[in-house]
Amino acid sequence: MVASSFSSGRFWVRLRLAICSFAVIYLIAPLIVVLIISFSSAPFLTFPPPGFSMQWYNNLFTNPAWFNSLVTSIKILIPTSILATVLGTAAAYGLARSSFVGKQLVMGLLLSPMIVPVIIIAIGIFGVFRALGLYGNLLGLIIAHTILAIPYVVMTVSGSLAVIDKRLEDAALTLGASPLRCFRRITFPLIFPAVLSGMLFSMVVSFDELIVSMFISTPVVRPVTVQMWSNIRGSVDPTIAAIATLLFCFSLLALLSERAAARKVKKEVDE
Amino acid sequence: MNLVAKNPMNKNAWLIVPAIVVILCFFIYPVSWLLIDSFARPKWGIQNYEVVLGRFVYLKVLLNTFTISAGTTFWCAVIGYPVAYTMAHCSKRTRRLLIFVVLIPFWTSLLVRTFAWMVLLQKTGLINQTLLTLGVIAEPIALIYNRIGVYIGMVQVLLPFLIFPLYSVMLRIDRNYSFAAATLGAPPVRNFFRIYLPLTLPGLVSGGTLVFVSSLGYYITPALLGGPADLMIAQLIERQISTSGNWGMAGALAVLLLVVTAICLGVVHRIIGVKTAWGR
Repeated sequence: MVASSFSSGRFWVRLRLAICSFAVIYLIAPLIVVLIISFSSAPFLTFPPPGFSMQWYNNLFTNPAWFNSLVTSIKILIPTSILATVLGTAAAYGLARSSFVGKQLVMGLLLSPMIVPVIIIAIGIFGVFRALGLYGNLLGLIIAHTILAIPYVVMTVSGSLAVIDKRLEDAALTLGASPLRCFRRITFPLIFPAVLSGMLFSMVVSFDELIVSMFISTPVVRPVTVQMWSNIRGSVDPTIAAIATLLFCFSLLALLSERAAARKVKKEVDE
Repeated sequence: MNLVAKNPMNKNAWLIVPAIVVILCFFIYPVSWLLIDSFARPKWGIQNYEVVLGRFVYLKVLLNTFTISAGTTFWCAVIGYPVAYTMAHCSKRTRRLLIFVVLIPFWTSLLVRTFAWMVLLQKTGLINQTLLTLGVIAEPIALIYNRIGVYIGMVQVLLPFLIFPLYSVMLRIDRNYSFAAATLGAPPVRNFFRIYLPLTLPGLVSGGTLVFVSSLGYYITPALLGGPADLMIAQLIERQISTSGNWGMAGALAVLLLVVTAICLGVVHRIIGVKTAWGR
């Protein structure tokens, strides 16, 4: 009874629950709308839609403008996620398992692309990349996206390195394992869920990136978000809802696989 | 004593080098150019800053940016506080559900969410039609291409940034303080304002600052949901480059945005530490 008197005063409890219900609807409403519109039979954005059809998913793969931009995005996303994961994991491990002056500063530097407003990064990169020949090609976009993704990998992997039992590593090393072997056999399996989730984060960051891409892409090499942007401002069709639905399913899958990996590692450690 | 920790450990520091080199070359270097441009283009001096801080058009945009960010922070706090509270003090199942719902924005494309609001908020959109059918309003109200649209879009995007820091603080609160106050006869409302709210203030301040700082540099949402009167600094920077190629002015605006961002984050860092605040 003490617990309920903590926030009793019925009015306040009701107000709180009302706000919560509102927040839940407010947070998921856009997603629901997008899911529904992606199956719409109407050629425009009418909501609720008059009927059901798969035409927008079809359009995604048959309309060359959409299909090419989707392929471009994937061509950027794969190298980006690999680069960001390798660089970010190495850096996080290096930071966690060494001691030197200015560590905080280095950490700050690694996380800075996440903190500086994207528009500033975008025009800075636009100015310099043009001069370096990194404008309007895949390489430039890959480098730019890698910069933006590194902080997410560093953060997730550092977080995991901070909580794993360091005595396991010490034991392996004192028993004569080489540092590389120790990393491969002990550390990496333990931090694997975090590495995976960092990688998935970087995929999502790359796929969803608009502002930097807008500045350094051309109509020939155009990722899907930039194609969406020009579409939103011109004639709008529900194809972008179809893309968004696919992206959400991908994210959800990513989230679930990361959870599954984490649970598996936890189980193995417990045993 | 500790054989392992001594020498081989610092070899590990070399692993940081590749990432740092990439960030220095392709991030710090370009951004630094921009900062130099603000003083160097078209000629050396502080003329760009004089224009930004001296002309009404630019001051209006700065004021807009500030008001919209403050408003977004306010609404995020009003909606986010009760949600964080419920998340921290409810059954495990409800908590899991709420965390999932609050995380949804992170997993849905920003561009697409904004586009969904365009569909919902337009004159013939779902909200207006529902209100018309219910007879709440006689004719469609303007919910988009104005300040209301900007707030609806931005609060939705930034709500998680307020909820999570607040939630993590609320989880750690020793509730015996509140119980003690209650047993000593403090009425609930007073108990809340005198005990609970002050204890959660660090979470509220750090979450609020994150929302505020992120709002300052927002581009997509205000560009799509706002009207001409809701121009914010990020759009202004973009226009300086894409319409007039004015690198000096863009640089000066960028410096201004960066300085304010740094100051705000410095404040959060003092309170809670940036890393924990951004921690997802």
